[in-house]
Amino acid sequence: MADTIISVSGLTKQFGAFVAVDHISFDVYRGEIFGFLGANGAGKTTAMRMLCGLSYPTAGTGTVAGFDIRSQGELIKRNIGYMSQRFSLYDDLTVKENIELYGGIYGMAHKELSERVDELLQRLQFIEHKDDLVSSLPLGWKQKLAFMVATVHSPEIVFLDEPTGGVDPITRRQFWDLIKATAAEGTTIFVTTHYMDEAEFCDRISMMVDGKIRALDSPSNLRQQFNAQNMEQVFYRLAREAQRTE
Amino acid sequence: MSTVLPILIKKELTQFRRNKALPRLLVMLPIMLVLIMPLVTQMDVKNISVVWLDQDRSSLSMRMKSHLANSDYFMMQPFAGDYEMALHQLDMGNTDLIVSVPPHFERDLQGGHANSILLVANAVNATKGAQGLQYATQTIASAIIELAQERGLETDTVSLITIENRYNPTGNYRYYMLPALMIILLLLTCCFLPLLNIMTEKEHGTIEQINVTPVGRLEFMLAKLIPYWIIALVLLGFAMLLAWAVYGLVPDGRAGVIFLAAFLFSLCMSGFAVTLANISDTMQQAIFVMFFFVMMFMLMSGLLTPIDSMPRWAQTVTYVFPPRYVINVLRSVYLKGTLLRELWFDITMLAILAVAFNTLATITYKKQN
Amino acid sequence: MNAFISFVKKECIHILRDVRTMMIVLLIPVILTLLFGFAISTEINDISVAVVVNKYTPDVRRDISALEQNPYISYSGIIEEHDIDAVLRSGKCAAVVMFGRDGKRNVVLDASNSSLSASAGSYITAILNNDKPMPLPIATYMRHNPQLKSAYNFVPGIIGLIFILICALMTCVSVVREKEMGTMETLLVSPIRPVLVVLAKMVPYLCISLVNLATILLLSHYVLEMPIHGNLPTLLGLCVLYILLSLTLGLLVSTLAQTQMVALLICAMVMMMPMMMLSGMLFPLENLPPVLKQITYVIPARWFNEAIRKVMVEGMGITGIWKEFSILLAMTIALFAASIKKFNDRLE
Repeated sequence: MADTIISVSGLTKQFGAFVAVDHISFDVYRGEIFGFLGANGAGKTTAMRMLCGLSYPTAGTGTVAGFDIRSQGELIKRNIGYMSQRFSLYDDLTVKENIELYGGIYGMAHKELSERVDELLQRLQFIEHKDDLVSSLPLGWKQKLAFMVATVHSPEIVFLDEPTGGVDPITRRQFWDLIKATAAEGTTIFVTTHYMDEAEFCDRISMMVDGKIRALDSPSNLRQQFNAQNMEQVFYRLAREAQRTE
Repeated sequence: MSTVLPILIKKELTQFRRNKALPRLLVMLPIMLVLIMPLVTQMDVKNISVVWLDQDRSSLSMRMKSHLANSDYFMMQPFAGDYEMALHQLDMGNTDLIVSVPPHFERDLQGGHANSILLVANAVNATKGAQGLQYATQTIASAIIELAQERGLETDTVSLITIENRYNPTGNYRYYMLPALMIILLLLTCCFLPLLNIMTEKEHGTIEQINVTPVGRLEFMLAKLIPYWIIALVLLGFAMLLAWAVYGLVPDGRAGVIFLAAFLFSLCMSGFAVTLANISDTMQQAIFVMFFFVMMFMLMSGLLTPIDSMPRWAQTVTYVFPPRYVINVLRSVYLKGTLLRELWFDITMLAILAVAFNTLATITYKKQN
Repeated sequence: MNAFISFVKKECIHILRDVRTMMIVLLIPVILTLLFGFAISTEINDISVAVVVNKYTPDVRRDISALEQNPYISYSGIIEEHDIDAVLRSGKCAAVVMFGRDGKRNVVLDASNSSLSASAGSYITAILNNDKPMPLPIATYMRHNPQLKSAYNFVPGIIGLIFILICALMTCVSVVREKEMGTMETLLVSPIRPVLVVLAKMVPYLCISLVNLATILLLSHYVLEMPIHGNLPTLLGLCVLYILLSLTLGLLVSTLAQTQMVALLICAMVMMMPMMMLSGMLFPLENLPPVLKQITYVIPARWFNEAIRKVMVEGMGITGIWKEFSILLAMTIALFAASIKKFNDRLE
């Protein structure tokens, strides 16, 4: 099959006695949209933070974009974009200033950056709001902006942690159009969500329950395997086994 | 390195500019410290209230009384009663000092075997008690000596000691406190601003977005700190101008030495603030601990009370307090015109502490945990 | 009332879970009390003195040995006359005594600290005069604090500062934090009255403060040897009143500030600095300019310091401090009313 861009084996994270992520192994291929599903507290965010070089694994190995997640975190960071669950751009900077800041951080040349900023603003129809303070934007827009910031430097992989949390259905739809367009350009998308309808948009999905990966395949194969009408049912079958509550 | 740093600094400056409270506060702070605080920081005790008990009623005792009454320090309190009643007044806190002249003091003094004049001070406030006694003793002594000289008497009690005050001949305590207030200004800015800045980023999660980028630890720290170094030096310059305009105080030595020390001091304190921010979980924690240190720095570095009067062990502790060095430099240069080469020890210590604190800051900042 | 208790419980759990903050809040007052009780003082007990000698005479030798033997002087040797300025300027010595050929003695002082140098001057003069045949017939006597311990002055001041720090700062930062994080909204929509929500936040800090009060009083009495001449209930009553006052102050600030940063800055600028500078803890209040003197009347720590000194050192009872006590009580009530009003206004 296509070449592997993320490869993880036996990845574990323990906080004291609590095993947040329990020996998970999987591969993600270049250019696919990889859905990382699970209930709240299943360990999705913790796993993702390890892949992004924000957190050291307790055990296990993995590579992201060809770099080791334990020792080459800083090299990984050159090649990825990350959008956190919680909106984490600067409220007191304008839309344009935020994009330019992150473009600059990734070392984009001035000319290249201003072209890219224009292109992104255009794509999101943000042009007339480019000088608005981020604090004045509605949540849906903030999320789109956060996505743009995560992709400003055209990274190989983008990690999205519940990007559509708390967003209305229309904006969610638009958001997924953005994701698909980005994937079509060859960027690998690694996305966590607990909206099961969104799972259908993914090329492949993994289901996490209590820190372990319980299923991993394309949405259609999973439906077949669990004899379900939709992903919702797949999820219920798996989640019923869960011990952990939040 | 060279390309990212200006971008990050620009971001910090933009955020600073957009902040509603901060820039205003930073203008208010030096004004408050330089204009108002010098009025407060006076050690001289005045208006010591005195109960005068005179059992002698001689020309000498009258002279003593008028000397006391004419002094700025004392306020003669109308009182009729005996010593016991006076003591009761003292205990109630209604008076600060009792002067009791024994009967036939003047006569006995000439005979060479006088009973002592009794001075009793309420020393609950140690400073006030001690100074009150000291001034009163001096005043009474001068009255005795004056009388003796007028009468052409040979007095063994008088000896020829002259006192020469250098560097601050008018004895203006404000001149001594102004450099300390400038240091307090630097201390508050460099300790609290970077701490608040980083803790805000931590609590809002914005620091995590930075942590997933390839920005180096050093660059990130520098970008946080450089704006505050600049702000601190600008504020110092502003405070120095105010001190000149309002109190006519100008450095006797080179202003360059002051700025060198102040810059090293800003490095120390901001490095310290970043370290504390890195190891704190919440803003509340960070703030509380910082208050603790700022109080220690203010009260134990010779800013407000002399280091020499602290016990040995406490003096040893202060060797790691950057304010102790910078205050010495500022006071020496301001008042005594001390030269850079005479201050090498303080400057070197500041430099060492600056390196130490900033190394700590960079080590404790973890992008991955 | 049940709802209130469950809120208090929630706040206590918050604080108990956060072991690190707990430790900090309980330990720091202890360290501060000890450090300041032992370390800070305004008395002068180590004046470094050098001498310049032009001609040795028995008188000069006697004077030098008097300086050497005095416990408050650290004698740093004989220097040349042209070095006087350098020695003083570099801060190696605070004073130089010059013995002239004609028997005249001249004391050259580094007067940059005018207060210190005045004392040093008269101290040295006293030493040099001491061995004269007939000293002046003046006897001095210090009442209440014969060893002139600065601790008598500082401990009450420190207690005042610590409670402001814990009660006011900690409470208001923790309230504002909930505002900033948005969790306050959740609490405010609950059926319990909003004011009670905030009051519940204050209860655990009140408990912590009481623990701190106990440790500080024990430390200052047994370790710093602060006397407690007055009766204990009066002292405790006074302290508890002051703690309540500080909590109310924190409550008021928390209704004003929107972010933790602003809350902190208000606490630092409007509370800490004036408390240190204008409460009479470090600097005497007598000779303040009239305008500033007026300001000190609204500073709670000023009244607290005065009252606690009266109770602890001078042994006065409640009758001796009724004025300070009622002023503090009035302040507490006024601040409480103001913050409740402000709090309700904000909701509408």
